[in-house]
Amino acid sequence: MAVTSKALPTTISATATQDKPPNKFRQALPQYTAVAPFFILFAIFGAFPVLFSIWISFHSWDGIGQMKWVGLEQYHYLLTDATFWKTIANTLIIWVLSTVPMLLLALVIANALHNATRFRTFYRIAYFIPNVTSVVAITLVFGSIFSNNFGLLNAFLKSVGVGQVEWLTSPWGIKIAIATIVTWRWVGYNAIIYLAGLQAISQDVYEAARVDGASSRQTFWRITVPMMRPVILFTAVTSTIGGLQIFTESRVLFGDTSNIGGPGDAGLTIVSYLYQSAFIKNQFGYGAAVGWALFILIVLFSIVNWRLIGGTDDERLTRRAARRVERRIAAQNAKKEAVDVH
Amino acid sequence: MSIERVRTAVGHVVLMLGVVVSLFPFYWMVVMASNTTPDIFSYPPKLLIGSHLFENMGKVLDNIDFFGSMLLTLIASLGVTVLVLFFDSLAAFAFAKYQFPGRNLLFGILLATFMIPTQLSLVPQFVVLAQLGWIGSLKALIIPGAANAFGIFWMRQYAKGAIPDELIAAAKVDGAGFFRQYLTVGLPVLRPGLAFLGIFTFINVWNDYLWPLIVMTDPNRLTLQVALDQLNGIYGTDYSMVMAGALMSVIPLIGVFLIGARSFIADLAAGAMKF
Repeated sequence: MAVTSKALPTTISATATQDKPPNKFRQALPQYTAVAPFFILFAIFGAFPVLFSIWISFHSWDGIGQMKWVGLEQYHYLLTDATFWKTIANTLIIWVLSTVPMLLLALVIANALHNATRFRTFYRIAYFIPNVTSVVAITLVFGSIFSNNFGLLNAFLKSVGVGQVEWLTSPWGIKIAIATIVTWRWVGYNAIIYLAGLQAISQDVYEAARVDGASSRQTFWRITVPMMRPVILFTAVTSTIGGLQIFTESRVLFGDTSNIGGPGDAGLTIVSYLYQSAFIKNQFGYGAAVGWALFILIVLFSIVNWRLIGGTDDERLTRRAARRVERRIAAQNAKKEAVDVH
Repeated sequence: MSIERVRTAVGHVVLMLGVVVSLFPFYWMVVMASNTTPDIFSYPPKLLIGSHLFENMGKVLDNIDFFGSMLLTLIASLGVTVLVLFFDSLAAFAFAKYQFPGRNLLFGILLATFMIPTQLSLVPQFVVLAQLGWIGSLKALIIPGAANAFGIFWMRQYAKGAIPDELIAAAKVDGAGFFRQYLTVGLPVLRPGLAFLGIFTFINVWNDYLWPLIVMTDPNRLTLQVALDQLNGIYGTDYSMVMAGALMSVIPLIGVFLIGARSFIADLAAGAMKF
């Protein structure tokens, strides 16, 4: 490349005569050393495994013996594998059941936190604690709350006359239980981020809307939501990526290491299936193929999120709304000045 | 004015309800860990804290090497945290404050690595570690995570605003090389950022489940999360003991979190706003 061919003569001349400018690559050696650890680790434990996983997915391999080339056979099997499609359906259902209430509740809590002037630190810590608690410990607690025969939830339902619900044995019960754990752990986290977004909106904008006689619902939909768009996009993308990778909740919930998806595989997620294929059944090639399916799914969903919430048209709309608000503020300031003069 | 007051009160009621939901599972953990299993299984269930906590904790210690697992988890968490703080802040310092050929390209590559889900390469990562002979050893828990893109990205944003260029220029005039500039100018200024990244990393490693489940294959050397899951798998019928184990595993971590909670939460939110 042009850069290296230029660099070589300079090195020679720099050693030959001292008054020539020193080699800029050599000069930057300390900086390269500083950033090197990440890139070396990434090469070994990130980039190489990604490329290697393509190779593995073209083979039939138990992880120890000979690798046997099977071409696209694993992917072909994947597309016809009913269990695989079931794990995709399970993951998506759990994702919707957790993400929708999670983000809506987070918005409600953030709004309440934004308006509260007292106990703010207490609230924040109390809402955030679920997020730092280990998933395993918490799943054990929820597992007992949802327990069919001895669970607190069914005891409560029985006492109000609803009767017992088969939470941990019915397809929907299992998904609701897993989604509840996910929601509980991440509501506070998302609320804290929404709160930061709310606090970043200038009070002038609200003041202007209020003076214009906008109702609180109008202010919410016309100002708060558009201004929060980047923050909402961030939470939507992160919870999509997180939601598609759910594993621990479903694996720990049933306390059964041989049947990690629960009765009828109703709680088997994509990552659980990957884990089961590779590390329980020793089908490394198939596990690698499931990994790629997961990757494609994450990319697809990120694009959908981007289009729905971030998209270019919407950005233009937001900017237009912002300009409109700016004009109004200017007009109001002019009005105020006029009043002050009187 | 009074309408305003009612609204504030309603807001607090909503928030307090949320707090109850948020904290109830912890209370319930304590209730179950401090009663006997027959008490938990009875109807109506016991709703108050009982008197069998220490008995149940004792049973945990009899059945799994709890302190061994905790020590292993602690060493792994501290090891990763120390290495991440050093490598990430050093790289972030270079990215934020120095011009060098290929800097933007390298940083672009670093950002692109965010897109790769960790599970994608789970299988080959295991194979790589097996080839290195690291399966079952502490190295498998510490080395692969010793530097990460998130930390470098986050610290770089922090360093850009926090470290004045004049300080670096002054250090240069004094004849300090890059690493001395990092030690004397960079590190002291980055300390609050390091506190956040440190707690964040520690909590994540402590709570990680999937990775240690795969690489720690020796049943006598399990991390706390995996040991806890094992306790549940084998003694799932002894609820109160399993809950005592869960409680014991959660307490140290919540302690670490509460120490720095206030600034930690603020920093986390600020970090999310930068994306």
